[in-house]
Amino acid sequence: MNIHEYQGKEILRKYGVKVPNGYVAYTVDEAVEAADKLGTSVTVVKAQIHAGGRGKAGGVKVAKNLDEVRTYANEILGKTLVTHQTGPEGKEVKRLLIEEGCDIQKEYYVGVVLDRATSRVVMMASEEGGTEIEEVAAETPEKIFKEIIDPVVGLLPYQARRLAFNINIPDELNGKAVKFMMGLYQAFVDKDCSIAEINPLVTTGDGEVLALDAKMNFDDNALYRQKDVIEYRDLDEEDEKEIEASKYDLSYVALDGNIGCMVNGAGLAMSTMDIIKHYGGEPANFLDVGGGATAEKVTEAFKIILSDKNVKGIFVNIFGGIMKCDVIAEGVVAATKEVGLNLPLVVRLEGTNVDLGKKILNESGLNIIPADSMADGAEKIVSLVKEA
Amino acid sequence: MSVYVNKDTKVIVQGITGGTARFHTKQMLEYGTKIVGGVTPKKGGTEVEGVPVFNTVKDAVDTTGATASVIYVPAPFAADAIVEAVDAELDLVICITEHIPVLDMVKVKRYMEGKKTRLIGPNCPGVISPDECKIGIMPGYIHTKGHIGVVSRSGTLTYEAVHQLSQAGYGQTSAVGIGGDPVNGTNFIDVLKAFNEDPETYAVVMIGEIGGTAEEEAAEWVKANMKKPVVGFIGGATAPPGKRMGHAGAIISGGKGTAEEKIRVMNECGIAVAETPSVIGETMIRVLEEKGLAEKCKTH
Repeated sequence: MNIHEYQGKEILRKYGVKVPNGYVAYTVDEAVEAADKLGTSVTVVKAQIHAGGRGKAGGVKVAKNLDEVRTYANEILGKTLVTHQTGPEGKEVKRLLIEEGCDIQKEYYVGVVLDRATSRVVMMASEEGGTEIEEVAAETPEKIFKEIIDPVVGLLPYQARRLAFNINIPDELNGKAVKFMMGLYQAFVDKDCSIAEINPLVTTGDGEVLALDAKMNFDDNALYRQKDVIEYRDLDEEDEKEIEASKYDLSYVALDGNIGCMVNGAGLAMSTMDIIKHYGGEPANFLDVGGGATAEKVTEAFKIILSDKNVKGIFVNIFGGIMKCDVIAEGVVAATKEVGLNLPLVVRLEGTNVDLGKKILNESGLNIIPADSMADGAEKIVSLVKEA
Repeated sequence: MSVYVNKDTKVIVQGITGGTARFHTKQMLEYGTKIVGGVTPKKGGTEVEGVPVFNTVKDAVDTTGATASVIYVPAPFAADAIVEAVDAELDLVICITEHIPVLDMVKVKRYMEGKKTRLIGPNCPGVISPDECKIGIMPGYIHTKGHIGVVSRSGTLTYEAVHQLSQAGYGQTSAVGIGGDPVNGTNFIDVLKAFNEDPETYAVVMIGEIGGTAEEEAAEWVKANMKKPVVGFIGGATAPPGKRMGHAGAIISGGKGTAEEKIRVMNECGIAVAETPSVIGETMIRVLEEKGLAEKCKTH
């Protein structure tokens, strides 16, 4: 799950990580009011969307007075920002962060992520702040320093100190940088983050170490124990069908094609997309109904696929293990009875309770095209959709 | 022969009184797996499918002499269940549970350092050695005994590969699902090593997916060490970057973990990569024929 920059900063503040003062604003008037309350000579107006690259897309402006705040707020609110992370359709700005300006001396990068190779959390830092860390990693990997963290003791002060020295934070600010990093790590583990990235971290003319930006993502699997993080969820930033799917614990990702897919297992679901493409079709979605799905969940999954107006045909590809084929079949039958079906439907069933599943489909009287294998099913649905 | 599990493996089921565990306990028993006990706190003294239930893993192990455990415990309690099994000094722990918070697994993995237990999973289908022992959730009937080893990050793709092999007449020594999470107990290299050392395994299918660099590392290992042919497949070639594709581990981030890169490295390391998931079996047969192993591997 993603949250906005201002929400990330709210969390960080509680962990002693210094961030500039600022307020969220939903309207132009609120933006001006917030700037007035800050009372600083320079105010930054920042678009709040769940994507990076906002500055380059015109979503971040520096205002020197309240009139400029009004002008920029007016300009940015409601604007659709297209960045390298939003996709070509962009994202509409509905919230602003109005923040005090600061006297930046130098920009750095600090990030906390899971390192899969060591199965540990790692803190990375670089003095090449402001740019994408991937670019730094590709061009000057020697400028990225890492500390691998033992979960038993957490990030230790000497590790934070070493990072601060390595990225050449001035010695007189080393202590503040250490406090910053320790707080950032603690927030990461306490809140079950998957990413906590500060880019840039800045040192200022008045001797502060500040998080100028904050990107925090959270482990979806841990949200059950992060009630306050869930409060930050912004449904405007998510696909409607993905929201609906998440209510039923279905793993759904919307795509641009016209063949709806319902599959069990993430690997098979991805491969089903791949094979549809291989036969010249375009998948409309990734949908993994998971292992423990009930007939009701399968029904909802089917309805979500059907609610996508681009969908011209459906391919159900099931290889039952923990998922039973009869449960899938019952769900498909219930959903089509409920919402009607006038699209081609190809079903491939294999695995646990396959005979029972096939029997349910056969006896349903629905116009279902059976497939013997994944390839057979993909070929059939692609040609049916092309004919339609 | 086989890897990790065989006809003598005595297994306990953690979380045995849950619905999924009950269903699969029955399936495992029907397959012939020696399920000797189950564990559910406060349900000790009862029975599931004729199998005695204990309050703690220690009790179950002391009473039954089990050496392996399979975990169906819900995600919030699964990390605790794994550690309990490790503390009872089991040789093998297979965790089926999906959706375990990754920071829980970071702690578990740290705790397991220096311990004798091998963890497989979490978020995996389990391990099967056909006709001998099935531990997990895979449908038993698709498997046949033979000489191909299968290792995979994805459950359902494992079934897909096994099914194709069996239908073509090529049985398996063992099929091992290592799971789709970013932190897991056993990785590709561990399983490849085991298959390399298993005299009955003549060739291996390795199924990966987008995210991380485990496939690349495994491919390098294969190039340097593997004495047997390896055939591969990578799921997610068409997945968009930045989107988590179901598995917590299946996400392309920071330009890393793409299928394209994995396939490139695997090819470079001498692994024949199937173009689509439906030709994994065919690709294996082609490679076996090239190496003159087809006849030796054909089982039925």
